[in-house]
Amino acid sequence: MSLLEVRAVDAQYGLLTAVRGVTLSIEDGETHALVGANGAGKTTLLRTIAGAHRPAAGTIVFDGADITRIPAHRRVSLGIALVPEGRRLFPGLSVEENLSIAGGKRRHGEWTVDRVLEAFPMLRERRKQRAATLSGGEQQATAIGRALMCNPRLVLLDEVSLGLSPIAVAAVYDSLKSLIAGGTTVVLVEQDLGRALGVASRVTCMLHGEVVLEGAARELTRDQITAAYFGTQRPASAGAAS
Amino acid sequence: MTWVNVIVQGVLLGGFYALLACGLSLMFGVMRIINLAHGDIAVVGAYLVWYLATQLSISPFLAALLVIPGMWVVGYAMYVLLLERSRRAGLLVPLLTTFGLAIVIQNVLLQVFSPDVHSLLSSTGSLATASASFGGGLSISALGALIFATAVVVLTGLQLFLSRTNAGRQMRATAEDPDAAELVGINARAVYARATAIAVATAALGGVFLAIRSTFDPSTGPTQLIFAFEAVVIGGFGSAWGTLAGGVVLGVAQVIGEQVNPQYAVLFGHIVFLAVLAAPRVGILARRGQTL
Repeated sequence: MSLLEVRAVDAQYGLLTAVRGVTLSIEDGETHALVGANGAGKTTLLRTIAGAHRPAAGTIVFDGADITRIPAHRRVSLGIALVPEGRRLFPGLSVEENLSIAGGKRRHGEWTVDRVLEAFPMLRERRKQRAATLSGGEQQATAIGRALMCNPRLVLLDEVSLGLSPIAVAAVYDSLKSLIAGGTTVVLVEQDLGRALGVASRVTCMLHGEVVLEGAARELTRDQITAAYFGTQRPASAGAAS
Repeated sequence: MTWVNVIVQGVLLGGFYALLACGLSLMFGVMRIINLAHGDIAVVGAYLVWYLATQLSISPFLAALLVIPGMWVVGYAMYVLLLERSRRAGLLVPLLTTFGLAIVIQNVLLQVFSPDVHSLLSSTGSLATASASFGGGLSISALGALIFATAVVVLTGLQLFLSRTNAGRQMRATAEDPDAAELVGINARAVYARATAIAVATAALGGVFLAIRSTFDPSTGPTQLIFAFEAVVIGGFGSAWGTLAGGVVLGVAQVIGEQVNPQYAVLFGHIVFLAVLAAPRVGILARRGQTL
């Protein structure tokens, strides 16, 4: 059984439909890359899965239970954690406070403030510092650490490399790899196709709110993904639907 | 030296204003709601304590111990039933909601308790007249000291709650980014309801002291709201220490005004308030406008 199933989900902002009829299935332990141009609906889809956005239609099933109507803060205790676009740390709180605050209603698990600081050594010296004073890479590490503090079974990562220096991106991805190796299920939205394909086992490509391509990362060619990305051709049967 | 006494009396009065103001400041800091019914809620607290104290012939302090937890529950319900819905409709709607609530409270009080003026001063016993003289014209009343001490304890408690406890951290996080707070498992709605409960309970406590140190009637609320609002603006929204400082500045200004001419007390407070508003960068605290 899949860990997460998104079934025919529509998500809207007022009259604008950002996600239309998306069906997606994420297996336990896989790393799923969600790619697509700006405005393709990737962020909205992640926010809908996390519960921050209420879908207009469709159902979301997590670990066999329908969670469509469950609010975001309760999805956290079920094991879904979103690292939102733009990091969204609490700027007036220290790094430690940002991390420990997520420990409130989390699942039982192994992540502690100390373990996060071990996984992201760059945060050790910043422990007592206000999040607003951190560099972009440190902020991103804190945001990922904050999500991990919820001991999630499913981590949703939205544009973790956005606005970071190449060195910071490499550091963030290094720590992601150890996370993936640990068996956590990851869905990541990434602009950098190379980075995304480097870690992902499956890829879904979105265009104008719809899924246009889906398949195992190693079976898809870069050309297929690029074509789907820009919509230059509609590969109706290119990907193996799961 | 009578000026020393004037300043001291102003500081003590300021403690009272800070106590009235801290809930107003908290609600604005956490959820950007300006509660125009804050003064009337304080008066409700005063009426409830007066009613219990006279009906059961108990000390007003004992009655306050019963009323304040009750007002906590009222505050929680007020958020869930009233403010939650209006908050979703934008920034202006809660302002109108609390404005309407203020009018409803004033008229219900008028209907139930008549426009008669009441005070709890006579029922506080020896505390009402006790005072200590320190020579040189300086004299501190027991009541003034009690109110100021309570204000310091409440504001310190509030500050420690926000900075040291997990619930307080959750409140600060929700104030900064409710959306992101939900994503780390914080129930923002419960946090807002809790903040409203604290605000209403502290307002009721302020109302009790209002009833003890002077008189109240159904239309006393708006004046108290203005003083609380001035204290908050002078001290900077959303900071407990700022609110205490703002209350003290307002209190000292009023007592100095009273010294110049008994009619100038409120006027001097207003002038300081307007001066701070006109010079937004010269607030008491350097980090004005910062939330919590």
